[in-house]
Amino acid sequence: MTPDTDIESAPWWDGLRAHRIVLQRCTACGRPRFPPMPRCPVCASAASERFESEGRGEIYSYVTAHQPVSPGYEGPFPYTVATVELLDGVRVLAQVEPAGAAGIGAKVVPFFVDHGDWTELRYQVVG
Amino acid sequence: MTARPAAVAGVGFTDLTRASGRSVLDLASEAVAAAVADAGLSPADIDGMGSFMLMDDSVPCVAVASALGMGPLRVVLDLQLGGQAPCHLVWQAAQAVARGDAETVVVYRALNGRSGARVGSMRFAGMGGQYRYPIGYGAYLMYVAMWAQRFLAETGQGAEDLGAVAIGQRRHAERNPRAYRREPLDLDAYLAEPFVVEPFRRSDCTVEVDGACAVVVTGVDRARDLPHAPAVVASGCYRAGRRPGLDIGDHLLWEDYTRNYTSWLREELFARAGVGPGDVEVAEIYDCFTSTVLMGLEGLGLCGRGESGAFVRSGACALEGLLPTNTGGGLLAEGYLHGMNTVAEAVLQVQGRGGPRQAPRHEVAVVTSGALMDGSALVLTADR
Repeated sequence: MTPDTDIESAPWWDGLRAHRIVLQRCTACGRPRFPPMPRCPVCASAASERFESEGRGEIYSYVTAHQPVSPGYEGPFPYTVATVELLDGVRVLAQVEPAGAAGIGAKVVPFFVDHGDWTELRYQVVG
Repeated sequence: MTARPAAVAGVGFTDLTRASGRSVLDLASEAVAAAVADAGLSPADIDGMGSFMLMDDSVPCVAVASALGMGPLRVVLDLQLGGQAPCHLVWQAAQAVARGDAETVVVYRALNGRSGARVGSMRFAGMGGQYRYPIGYGAYLMYVAMWAQRFLAETGQGAEDLGAVAIGQRRHAERNPRAYRREPLDLDAYLAEPFVVEPFRRSDCTVEVDGACAVVVTGVDRARDLPHAPAVVASGCYRAGRRPGLDIGDHLLWEDYTRNYTSWLREELFARAGVGPGDVEVAEIYDCFTSTVLMGLEGLGLCGRGESGAFVRSGACALEGLLPTNTGGGLLAEGYLHGMNTVAEAVLQVQGRGGPRQAPRHEVAVVTSGALMDGSALVLTADR
């Protein structure tokens, strides 16, 4: 399933296509944010810039799907999706491998999975 | 001008089925007509309506008003919302009555939730979906599970605590002829169920049904002349906590997955009603999934932080317990009418019409609507 991208998210998806993690940062208060959006969710400033993140982080929470419940997603099962808290201070959603090795607080590192017309950010548990 | 206090005077239901074979308008009309009749009124007495739907899965108020020859309508509230809406709408109905904008308002939810569009697997509109659907994170069940995992870990609770909610409510459903899931459940059977989305098993999840439910709100003074004792709407409150996200499933900006909207609205809700959590005698907590009951009990201060599982396991939430909770089996066992039936059950309890599942003390009830970032709640009381 190809993501329904928009004008706010284009730099994120273009970055992933080039195997780079491109985040957005408020230039008024300096806080990074995700998902990309037109205003800073803390100070409401419209001024922002993009920066590249190493993407390392740890698992804030996670779920493991054992059955098809997500519309249009065919597996394989089981798979784990985590809310990953990046060292940069934002959270992203991503699948985590290996499924079942995830735990709260587990350290994870990013990698990229190229699909036909988009690239997915995925994580590997490292401890 | 002195505000006119409002009360719920009647409730109405259709049967809950897996395949109604009927239009949503047909279901809505039946439940609304039943609620109006239960209140001892006729459709021509209704001058306000409220309802909610997601992704056009229901019919607007004017359709039901047309089918039943109601009105003329002075207040109409059609919300594009999910389970956050029922208490919110009843509170708005009560406010409309209090202001004199309407005399009698019907609030309903109708859906072919099993045979038609299923809320649990809807693809919601909004800017957040692009980060979820392509990676297989696209069901409401998963969002609640994501919070549950963190909540359980941070508060030192686990599978037996979730299971206790499902088991206790199934016991209540045995006394509710309308309930869809009525077969007994024990801990061994619960733990033996395979995971759907870990940490949730089948019995942690609501059962989707076709059906409709409605309640009638009018002035307390008028309700006193109607057949049933008024369930006074003592307080209502809606709250979207800070940074509630880009759409109904986007929780990335929400800081704390262990506290939902109930933590944010508790103080205002109880203060307006002039009661405290310790005064509550019946609780109807929105339960699309078991974890939201635990989080709601803690969020409302009905038990301490991290103590909800032990509270449920102690039997406190049973009909004969300290705080009978989800007395009709809830969305988990009665069926998923998106929390409208959660409100109706509270009304029946306060009115003393719970029959074999009536809580012994039922002068003060709290009801909630919603699971995550935003939601609403009511305090209903006997006419004191």
